[in-house]
Amino acid sequence: MDLYEYQGKELLRQFGIETLEGVVAASPEEAKKAAEQLGGGTVAVKAQVLTGGRGKAGGIKVVKEPAEAEEAAREILGMDIRGHEVRQVLIEAGAEIASEMYLSILVDRTEKKPLILFSTEGGVDIEEVSERNPEAIVRIYIDPLVGLLPYQVRELTFDAGLEGDVAKGVGKVLGNLYKAFTESDASLVEINPLVATEDGRVLALDSKVTVDNSSLFRHSDIADLHDEEAADPEEQRAQEAGLQYVKLDGDVGILGNGAGLVMSTLDVVAQAGGEPANFCDVGGGANADEISEALDIVTANKQVKSVLFNIFGGITRGDEVARGLLSALERSEISLPIVVRLDGTNAEEGREILAENTPENVYTEETMLDAAKKAVELAQDGGR
Amino acid sequence: MAILVDNDTRLVVQGITGREGKFHTGRMVESGTNVVAGVTPGKGGQEYEGVPVFNTMEEAVEETGANASVVFVPAAFSADAIFEALDFGMSTVCCITEGVPVHDMMRVANYWRIRHATLIGPNCPGVISPGKANVSIMPADIFTPGNVGVVSRSGTLTYQIVNELTQRDIGQSTAVGIGGDPIIGTDFIEILKQFEADPETECVVMIGEIGGNAEQNAAEYVQSEMTKPVVAYIAGFTAPEGKTMGHAGAIVSGGESTAEAKSEALQRAGIRAATNPSEVAELVAEALGTSS
Repeated sequence: MDLYEYQGKELLRQFGIETLEGVVAASPEEAKKAAEQLGGGTVAVKAQVLTGGRGKAGGIKVVKEPAEAEEAAREILGMDIRGHEVRQVLIEAGAEIASEMYLSILVDRTEKKPLILFSTEGGVDIEEVSERNPEAIVRIYIDPLVGLLPYQVRELTFDAGLEGDVAKGVGKVLGNLYKAFTESDASLVEINPLVATEDGRVLALDSKVTVDNSSLFRHSDIADLHDEEAADPEEQRAQEAGLQYVKLDGDVGILGNGAGLVMSTLDVVAQAGGEPANFCDVGGGANADEISEALDIVTANKQVKSVLFNIFGGITRGDEVARGLLSALERSEISLPIVVRLDGTNAEEGREILAENTPENVYTEETMLDAAKKAVELAQDGGR
Repeated sequence: MAILVDNDTRLVVQGITGREGKFHTGRMVESGTNVVAGVTPGKGGQEYEGVPVFNTMEEAVEETGANASVVFVPAAFSADAIFEALDFGMSTVCCITEGVPVHDMMRVANYWRIRHATLIGPNCPGVISPGKANVSIMPADIFTPGNVGVVSRSGTLTYQIVNELTQRDIGQSTAVGIGGDPIIGTDFIEILKQFEADPETECVVMIGEIGGNAEQNAAEYVQSEMTKPVVAYIAGFTAPEGKTMGHAGAIVSGGESTAEAKSEALQRAGIRAATNPSEVAELVAEALGTSS
């Protein structure tokens, strides 16, 4: 789960990391009031979206007075940044910046350890720095059973060539950031830029925080921050139903059992010249309720012209899946063509059950490739 | 021979009295696995499917000489169960549970005792050596004993591919589902190493997906260390950036994690890569010289 910048900063402040004073606004009028509240001087108006690249997209403006803040907020609110609508802006006080740095902690999958990345080249994309000047990035792995050790903090500040108050300030931020990372079960905490001010303070000017979804059961305060309105309505509904669903741009709706098999089904549809409309994993069972809920969610997407239902019968046998599917179809009113491909245990029995009882809009195929071709063909014929 | 689990496996089921634990214990016993004990704190003294239940791993091991465990306990307590299994000497620990917090798994993965054991998973279907031992939630009926080793990050995709192998009369030595989470106990390389050393395995199928760079590391290993043929398949070419595709670890987040990058690395390493699951079985048949 990703946090908005202002939510991430709230979290950082809880762990003793200093940020600039800021107020969230959802309208130009609120933005003006916020700018006044912050003293009426220079402020930054920053789009709050769960994606990167907002600076380049014009989602951040620095203005000199409240009236200009109102104007800037009017331009930024409602903006579409990489498919994300801006619904809130953060109005933040200005600061005298002496230098910009980069600091993050992430989960390194290969080493299976937290990895700290630090660079004195802040404010730019760290992947760019990594390509252009890899030596400008200091990397330190942490043993999660031991935690961040003082010598590692010293190593980082010396390696990066930091001195005086800045070295001390960065060290303190690092200690607090590691605490924030572990105690909130984050998979990423990133401060870019981390700035040193003219008066020697070290502040987080931006924040990017991703919390591990699997840990939300022990972080109800963070789980409550989830923005339901920003989520796609079908994705939101699927999440509530306990289904794994991701919306895509195509017109072939896809359901299957198991994440790997569904991903593979999407690929095969694309190879057959079609475009998948979604990813939807219905899980291992043949429960008619789950199948019908999943079918409803997939077909609620108006772009969908045909549906491909790809099932491998394992412990749940093909005949049970076929019966579950039939009863799900009976209670829904889907008229779109549905291609069913059943394989695995008792697949033949399953196909027979379907053949005897299927409504006109249901087609059965034996292989994944044939099923994909059929679904693509039906979508190209216009489906509904 | 086979890898990880075989006729010598004496299995303890951690979380045996839960719904999943109970159901799959029955299936594992049915497919001939030597299930010697179950553990559920507070349920000691009971019996399930003829398997005695103990309160602790310590007791279970003392009483039954168990040497491997499979974990079905809920995600919030899975790491604790794995630590307990490692502390009482299990050589193979298979964690089936999905949704174990990443930070819990980082602690487990860095625990010193893990160096003396093989942890499979979490969020995995388990391990099966057909005809010998089934330490998994996989449908045993689709497997048949043979010479192909299978290692995969996905469950159903494994079933799909194994089913096609079996239909072509190509049997399997061992199939290992290493799990779909960002942090897993054992990566491709350690399993590939064991298949390379296993005299019964003649060819290996490796099934990967988007997220991380374990496939690239595996490709390098295959190229430099393996003599046995490897057939690979990668899922997720159509996955958009930044979206979790069912498995917590299946997410495109930068260059290395895409299916294209993985596929290119496999090709560079000279590994046969299939473009769809059915082609995997064809390529295996070719590699074994049994294609008709």
